[in-house]
Amino acid sequence: MEEKNLICINCPLGCPLTVTLENGEVKAVAGNTCPRGEAYARKELTNPTRIVTSTVKVRGGTLAMASVKTAGDIPKGKIFDCVKAIQDIELPAPVAIGQVVLADVCGTGVDIVATKNVPVKG
Amino acid sequence: MREYELVIIGGGPAGLAAAVAAHEAGLRDILILERDNELGGILNQCIHNGFGLHTFKEELTGPEYAGRFIEQVKKLDIPYKLNTMVLDLAADKTVTAMNREDGLFQLHPKAVILAMGCRERPRGALSIPGCRPAGIYTAGTAQRLVNMEGYMPGRKVVILGSGDIGLIMARRMTLEGAQVQVVAELMPYSGGLKRNIVQCLDDYGIPLKLSHTVVDIEGKKRVEAVTIAQVDGNNRPIPGTEERYECDTLLLSCGLIPENELSRSAGVELNPITNGPTVNESLETSIPGVFAAGNVLHVHDLVDYVSEEAGAAGRQAAGYIAAGCREEEHKALPIKCANGVRYTVPVAIRPGAAGDTVTLRFRVGNVYKNKKVAVYAGDACVFSRKRPVLAPGEMETVILKTSLLTDHPEADGITVTLEEA
Repeated sequence: MEEKNLICINCPLGCPLTVTLENGEVKAVAGNTCPRGEAYARKELTNPTRIVTSTVKVRGGTLAMASVKTAGDIPKGKIFDCVKAIQDIELPAPVAIGQVVLADVCGTGVDIVATKNVPVKG
Repeated sequence: MREYELVIIGGGPAGLAAAVAAHEAGLRDILILERDNELGGILNQCIHNGFGLHTFKEELTGPEYAGRFIEQVKKLDIPYKLNTMVLDLAADKTVTAMNREDGLFQLHPKAVILAMGCRERPRGALSIPGCRPAGIYTAGTAQRLVNMEGYMPGRKVVILGSGDIGLIMARRMTLEGAQVQVVAELMPYSGGLKRNIVQCLDDYGIPLKLSHTVVDIEGKKRVEAVTIAQVDGNNRPIPGTEERYECDTLLLSCGLIPENELSRSAGVELNPITNGPTVNESLETSIPGVFAAGNVLHVHDLVDYVSEEAGAAGRQAAGYIAAGCREEEHKALPIKCANGVRYTVPVAIRPGAAGDTVTLRFRVGNVYKNKKVAVYAGDACVFSRKRPVLAPGEMETVILKTSLLTDHPEADGITVTLEEA
């Protein structure tokens, strides 16, 4: 039996989790205040993932940049590839929240979507 | 200039939620004044996720969260003026403001909601020794530059202060190619949320040095190096612990201060601990008809709680106007903070004026383990809850049944305290 301490990052509560492992397999999770905590602990010890947020340039909009995010979480190891993949994107205005900016980023099956409305300038 | 019954100063998360709630409470004559060129306030530059879990039961980014409220304000046709700076608030609630279209103008509303938010503590307020070159930014300024203007403020970065914005910017700068070398925190604990330490520092191998501060900044035109040192129990640097980091940028994330110049000019009484107005259970300040909510009142960790608080302020303001701007006299119970509780919002409760429940928010002054949060009406304990960990970086909330207070009519005051669990 092995114990690992994690901090749940699902929400700002940041519950301190104690995970009991046996032969690398999660046997029990304690300290979570909601089911998402247990799911996080299991995932974090097997396949850690994160939501990535960044910005892309906008052409002809009221703002110079539009914020974007991965529509779901992606493997932690692909964060930098993901940021690199969107770094040269320039969107024409208008940009709408939820609009797909880049489909299937880095083969993760997850889309990059806009998180900001940017109307056309003028 | 036409007059409005309710003027909300600030179109950020607090102002937007207050406007929507006041409208839902039946008030139709509302105006939001916003100094920026769009609604949404600071959320517009907070492009990271984690907003809205309480309010919308989903995880949104800042601009998306703001977008939800902006949509509601537009759908409800609540008027707002952008690029409008409020210059003065008088004790009689006269609002003096200006913008390019209307010039200088005055409004005489029946009620005002203060929703001006807060601002960052700048270098000048921190007494950091050393040169004064370019390259020293508050974390929020850097956030605006990177996320909204599209500029990178630097390449090799040291961060002082472990507030949430500093932690978020450590990750953001790293993702944009900067090398964030260290986050130094004066206190023996972090001022930010635990989840941000995990996903912004630990994920990227950025060290967090607690009980450390900046003791020197070098550089003539641009920052060239920053020296940090460990501090003792009295926050004095310990000689011999200095570490020098070559860098071009120093970000400061050393606390937020509610922005209360207007409150002060109106004569609104301020709490020296929070630097925000003292309010009663109705979020009403010392001036009847002037309400406050959000970070102007006290700095929050979560925008969800800002929205909730501002919604309450909006409803109270609508109720105040609907009642003809008259208030009945009610016995007020002042709240005393004891045993590690630094402040409470509100500072007093009038059980006769409260609804079924009263929300008490507070912070503690240190990290405490295995304590009990207890609330007393006079000498009677009316609430207690075990808390395994309490920290200054995490706001505590107690929702108190008003009946628990009215059950003790003999009580002259309320005490919020920490006890051994």
